[in-house]
Amino acid sequence: MAKFIGRRLIYLLPVLLAVTLLTFLIASLLPGDLAYTILGDQATPEKVAALRAQMGLDLPIWQRYLLWLWDVLHGDFGRSFRTGETVLAAVLDRLPVSIELMIFAEALGLLIGIPLAILCAVRSGSAIDRFLTGLAFGKLSLPSFMVAILLIYLFAVQLGWLPATGWVPFTEDPIGNLRSFVLPAFTLAFAEWPVLMRVLRSDMIATLQEDYITMAKAKGLRPARILLVHALKPSSLTLVTVTGINIGRLIGGALIVETIFALPGIGRLLVGAIYARDFIILQGVVLFVATGFVLVNFVVDMLYAVLDPRIRHGRA
Amino acid sequence: MAVLEIEGDTALVSPVRRRRSRPSGLFLVALVWLALIGLAAILADFLPLVSPTDMDFLGKRAPPSAEHLLGTDQLGRDMLSRLIYGARISLTVGLLAPAIGLVIGGALGMLAGYFGGRFEVITVGCVDVLLAFPPLVLALAVTAYLGQSVLNLTLVIGVLSIPAFTRVARAVTLSLSQREFVVAARTLGATHTRILMRELLPNVALPLLAFFLLGVAVTIVVEGALSFLGLGVPPPAPSWGSMIGEGRESLDIAPWLAFLPAAFMFATVLAFNIVGDTLRALTDPRPATL
Repeated sequence: MAKFIGRRLIYLLPVLLAVTLLTFLIASLLPGDLAYTILGDQATPEKVAALRAQMGLDLPIWQRYLLWLWDVLHGDFGRSFRTGETVLAAVLDRLPVSIELMIFAEALGLLIGIPLAILCAVRSGSAIDRFLTGLAFGKLSLPSFMVAILLIYLFAVQLGWLPATGWVPFTEDPIGNLRSFVLPAFTLAFAEWPVLMRVLRSDMIATLQEDYITMAKAKGLRPARILLVHALKPSSLTLVTVTGINIGRLIGGALIVETIFALPGIGRLLVGAIYARDFIILQGVVLFVATGFVLVNFVVDMLYAVLDPRIRHGRA
Repeated sequence: MAVLEIEGDTALVSPVRRRRSRPSGLFLVALVWLALIGLAAILADFLPLVSPTDMDFLGKRAPPSAEHLLGTDQLGRDMLSRLIYGARISLTVGLLAPAIGLVIGGALGMLAGYFGGRFEVITVGCVDVLLAFPPLVLALAVTAYLGQSVLNLTLVIGVLSIPAFTRVARAVTLSLSQREFVVAARTLGATHTRILMRELLPNVALPLLAFFLLGVAVTIVVEGALSFLGLGVPPPAPSWGSMIGEGRESLDIAPWLAFLPAAFMFATVLAFNIVGDTLRALTDPRPATL
């Protein structure tokens, strides 16, 4: 196991380095001079030149990359030239909102997906299975911003049960805080459950063909016990992976939903930085989100290897 | 969440099997819808349509009438015309961007899968790094730096789709390159070019095409999402995504302004998914029930 982790770790470092390089290159090579953006259209050439020198923009690109990487490794991701907020503070400030949303969304997705998958696997090929599989397929064509619009129309505009926007901190108004998360969490869960259901369903159909399930049936165990105790755990390997990868993706991938519902999370920070053309924040958040994504994938790999010994011995 | 990646492993296939296909009714409906929307988008300039950018401030959010078949939006612009011109943008970006991925990614993947060696290691490494980035975040960031235009949007999404196509093409090529017909061709003294073009390409093309159609669906969604946020196609050009975004503001008084373009987009994306999935099922030897 230690050997396996070591091997994956050696692989992780170049990927992380490449992520920093790519993030830096996107921000540096593409058109648009940062000094101009900061000073505005009215800037004189002398002022721009002075600022460029001060920010080190006139150095060769590899030198700028190394300097930037040095700062990043020391926890200095830069500072917004609009608000003066450091990138690190901005990210840490928004992170709890994104994590809260992510947990609600993933839990709801599993809560909908797992029972439906079991139902489909047990009644595989039946009308209900075909209906749910078809529904899941159709849902894949319904992007989250459409679901959000539908939910807002139904529950905020027509019924008036829940707020469409208006986030409040948990410490100020716990109920109001939870209420503001209901619609965004459901929007994301709607995108999650079809994927989770499809994955678990096909694994479970395969598991239910195993001899030990027949054995359990022959022993006269109750169907519920067979399904939930004997069949669910060995079928949930892929489910764990997919759930993990989705969690990594939701760190920054919830940006559309966070923007629509005005939740002050990481995604909203990113979109806001683009609207404000605040490129330092943008670069920092992209780096943060991409690194988080890579690290979560790494942890999922580890988890997968713990659950399935074949992988760490390189045979699967 | 829409992403520019679809499980590449599912496209592992044996050489093309000609199966007696029974195209389902749904498949035909999907084809008809795509043909309709495609024709409308191509012929938009010749159809008797009002200009999609002409504003009529006296006739804002008008219900359907003889003059405006589907009513008007919040600036009094003709909805039907905007939907059709919007289709033009969605389909242009939707078809061209994955085409970039198909050509470049397909070629890279085939070469990597066929030749192996150091080239394969480097290609796979680059693909892994690019796929390690959350695609929507990358698309947003690069568009923000490059500036918003249909061309930039197509290029960005196109380049981002290369790794996924590379992965599929490499996987299929790998599974094929040890097969008898390739070994036979090599034994007969065929050149690498000939083996790649005449033996492998015909067998890689169909799974790649199926993946391409699914990619079109994903791209339309991504373009829609970016335009919805106001970070995609710049106004006043109509795009389904930006129409949904603009319609969101008047959900309480005129919900159809958001629902109409949403319905068009959903139908089109679903149609591409159905056609792509049918094609994938045809090339996938595994039983469809699993």
